[in-house]
Amino acid sequence: MTQGKVVKGIQFVKFRDAGNPVVLAEKYDADGADELVFLDITATVENRDILIDVVRKTAEKVIIPFSVGGGIRSKDDMRQILRAGADKVSVNTGAFKIPSLISECANAFGNQCVVLSMDVRKITQNRWNVFINGGRTDTGISAIDWAEKAVNLGAGEILLTSIDRDGTKKGYDLELTKAVSKSVNVPVIASGGAGKLEDFSDVFTKGKADAALAASLFHFGELKIKDVKGFLLSKNIPIRN
Amino acid sequence: MITIIDYGISNIGSVANALNKLGFFFKISADPLVLRQSTVLILPGVGQAATGMRNLKNRGLDKEIIKQINQGKSFLGICLGMQLLFDFSQEGNVDCLGILKGEVKRFKLERKIPQIGWNQVKFVNKKNKKQFKEIPENSYFYFVNSYYCVPEDKSIVAGVSEYGETFASVVVKNNILATQFHPEKSGESGFQLIRNFINISPC
Repeated sequence: MTQGKVVKGIQFVKFRDAGNPVVLAEKYDADGADELVFLDITATVENRDILIDVVRKTAEKVIIPFSVGGGIRSKDDMRQILRAGADKVSVNTGAFKIPSLISECANAFGNQCVVLSMDVRKITQNRWNVFINGGRTDTGISAIDWAEKAVNLGAGEILLTSIDRDGTKKGYDLELTKAVSKSVNVPVIASGGAGKLEDFSDVFTKGKADAALAASLFHFGELKIKDVKGFLLSKNIPIRN
Repeated sequence: MITIIDYGISNIGSVANALNKLGFFFKISADPLVLRQSTVLILPGVGQAATGMRNLKNRGLDKEIIKQINQGKSFLGICLGMQLLFDFSQEGNVDCLGILKGEVKRFKLERKIPQIGWNQVKFVNKKNKKQFKEIPENSYFYFVNSYYCVPEDKSIVAGVSEYGETFASVVVKNNILATQFHPEKSGESGFQLIRNFINISPC
């Protein structure tokens, strides 16, 4: 989401307009999505607060879990978003710069609503680095190290996005997902790269993900949520239907 | 009148949105007087048990909730709002409201903690038909929890779920309905449960 609209890019650039966030959210809720994730992708780099009004209007419409992130710099930012009806808040750049943000928020609101969102690029074989500022800045820190540290500080969930795979439809980064999922004992949501039905089953079985996120596919109508769920059930992967 | 009890730590927005969508009138309040005047009380819950108890006490709500429940007022406890009904919670090692006998324990480390996601609920007590009206057996509900309730009186357990171990995900006792999951976030099944609860409550 940026400037109040839903957009979807490829590797964090080349954004395409995907429509009105409130309308899309309602549609996905009706289609059987298990959770909605809103990320205000330019809040940090534009140094502004998240679009709280969009969060509020969306929360009024959906009856499934709703996670919101983008530009979170303080406990008060987080409180405001929770008050607007979000169930979880994801932190990214703000937490990387000041890691105590995670523990402060976890102590105030509980671990379960503090999601560590991390954008990651593959550097070499079995080495992935964390990128901040909307994927623009390489921190030089390993994704595994940051995941472990953030969980120790109190993050209750990890939203793991592969920048390399984002919007490419080449499948999730299974090695990355598996490496992070095995290194922490909190749920990991895999993100970036979903392109076909098998990608979803692979990320659960081979990638050891606890949940899978997809955006482009659903925004642009290439797959339907119910088809993905039907496919996963046929592979004996338990999922709400 | 329905009142959502505001004790400063919960996802009150989600519960309020759900009641709005369902078309119920309600208040959000931390005032014991408003609790007394209500016919239905909802204690929502996202947060830590020790903080939750402290906030209830600071607002003088703990004694009022105990009094209202003992007088037979309809009460829905959600997640932490369920856990706080019991004697004691391991989360912050805190004495809770003690309305229901038993304690709140942390999940064993075999599975990822917290449990975050959809899980099935098996209804184990036929006497709670009204609460579960039009909700299919083994429906999925949305859970976010690291701790779960262990009631001493097993006859109050109305629904169970599996997460490494079997735990009580719904309890029903007289005027109390309490769920470990979030009915306000559980799609149509959750909405039906809230509807059923309010429909069987005196208004």
